[in-house]
Amino acid sequence: MTTTHEAVPGEGPQQRTVTRRRRPLTFDRVSFMVVFLGLPLTVFVIFVASPFVQALYYSLTDWSGFSSGMNFVGLDNYVKLFNDDIFLKAVRNNVLLAIVVPIVTIVLSLTLATLVTIGGSGTGTVRGLKNAGFYRIISFFPYVIPAIVIGLIWAQVFTPTSGILDAVLNQIGLTGFKDFAWLGDARTAMPASMFVMIWGAVGFYMVLFIAAIRGIDPEVFEAARIDGAGRFRTATRITVPLIRDNVQTAYIYLGIAALDAFVYMQALNPGGGPQNSTLVMPQQLFTTAFSKGQFGYSTAMGVVLAAVTMLFALIVFTVNALTGGRDPRKAKVRR
Amino acid sequence: MTTLAAGSPSRGSKEGRGVATIAHIALIIWSLLVILPLLWTLLSSFKSTQEVLGNPLSLPGKLHFENYANAWTTAGIGRYFLNTVIVVGTALVLVMVLGAMCAYVLARFTFPGNRLIYYSMLAGLTFPVFLAIVPLFFVLKNLSLLNTLPGLIMTYVAFALPFTVFFLHSFFKALPGEIYEAAQIDGAGEWRSFFSVMLPMAKPGMASVAIFNFLGLWNQFLLPVALNTDSDNYVLSQGMASFASQAGYAVDFGALFAAVIITVAPVLVVYIIFQRQLQVSVTQGGVK
Repeated sequence: MTTTHEAVPGEGPQQRTVTRRRRPLTFDRVSFMVVFLGLPLTVFVIFVASPFVQALYYSLTDWSGFSSGMNFVGLDNYVKLFNDDIFLKAVRNNVLLAIVVPIVTIVLSLTLATLVTIGGSGTGTVRGLKNAGFYRIISFFPYVIPAIVIGLIWAQVFTPTSGILDAVLNQIGLTGFKDFAWLGDARTAMPASMFVMIWGAVGFYMVLFIAAIRGIDPEVFEAARIDGAGRFRTATRITVPLIRDNVQTAYIYLGIAALDAFVYMQALNPGGGPQNSTLVMPQQLFTTAFSKGQFGYSTAMGVVLAAVTMLFALIVFTVNALTGGRDPRKAKVRR
Repeated sequence: MTTLAAGSPSRGSKEGRGVATIAHIALIIWSLLVILPLLWTLLSSFKSTQEVLGNPLSLPGKLHFENYANAWTTAGIGRYFLNTVIVVGTALVLVMVLGAMCAYVLARFTFPGNRLIYYSMLAGLTFPVFLAIVPLFFVLKNLSLLNTLPGLIMTYVAFALPFTVFFLHSFFKALPGEIYEAAQIDGAGEWRSFFSVMLPMAKPGMASVAIFNFLGLWNQFLLPVALNTDSDNYVLSQGMASFASQAGYAVDFGALFAAVIITVAPVLVVYIIFQRQLQVSVTQGGVK
């Protein structure tokens, strides 16, 4: 994958093959290729490719950065990781996030998208809801708010006494929640954090699914209606199977975001939460690297994170294929 | 609603109206869930710290506009804002130029290594940035770019590049070849063909990626937090985080809420103006 970058020079001897036909090697053409390919590739290799490749090596050393010593220790870091209770707790939290957050987000955004597109009244063709544009615009708000700010807003909402959540619950008679610290209690910290991530993601995927559903041929809905299918049946039996690949893409994006979750968790509970209940791998990696200076060890965490991410994507692809996923080429969104 | 269904009082219309009502209720609940925390933040940004710590449901006694001044100057949000504009603005221009160039060459020229470069870019898009962050720290350190705005700009450019190339690749691929041929016959060189003919044709694609990149870079958090730790150079996202963690002790909650509004408002206003274009871009970007 990334290991082969460095074998690629910015510009090769390509005088024979520039475009389809053989072309003379002029200054114009050579300078063009050198600049157009060389410049972006240099940036890419220095700042993206080489760090990834270096990471694999660092993870096999005991490097602590500023001291000169960097000894090759083989897989020691990985062995240590699998005996590191705090890190394992972080892995479990990430996995939990990667299961719950995508499912809830997709169910919620798919439901809302369905309501917007085929929830409209009327007996003619299946139609969208009135004011659909208004709902779409509002729901999309969180996407343009920086994740860190979303986290900070909700951290304030969840704050006991001065936060609005406890006040509202108190107002409607749930006095048991007076001064309840949602993010400070090990039982609720994780669900509350999940809720914030879902709140931040639903609007984006709702818009994505609306586009996908609009891309379905209206005649399909028409046929279903004539055959007597109700709206619920139409949604579950027609819409979902037809946009299955969009759902798969959404699941992978959401899962990758949940395996990161760094920004949200830093805003909600920078220290990992009560009893590390919201600690995630990236947070642990960040502390280990930039507070403790254990660079070799932290890089090994990065490798584990990458491996879990790849494994996650693989599982989603496999499950989708086994449960009868359609040909990916056919299911492009049309607008 | 009633006018729509009035013409045909069949079984379907009744069901349809019921469904529509439920749909409206569900969507209104969700919309409220989105708007209320933001409204509460807006209200709180006009409160004094005592009021913030008092009843969260109360309205501000008087509008404490000084919260905004305090956030802007004392908390340094003004400076962070300026830094963010510089970093994101420069990075955005650079990544669009470099990305378009790279995508163009990869899409329209065949040469050995073309596929390899393309798939490397794709791999760069897939791996988590956390894997690269520690080595990246030392790459920047060795180049004396650590804790500098140019260093941050270059990193932003580099990590936005794979997506930009990936997205624009398909765009350049779809452009008609005849126009390029015509330009060549008319004596335009490769440089001219690109800047005067091909690039203008890719404008819609460029606009979509630019919007997507802008949001991504404006919201970027990990890269600045790890690579830009000098508080004079903070960008908004990390400035907000550090302000919030200090506010736990020093407590100027009114200013904290004001800072949130300062951060959110400009992007939200731009969004409402350009929402149609933005949603189209985002769906294109998200589906690829």
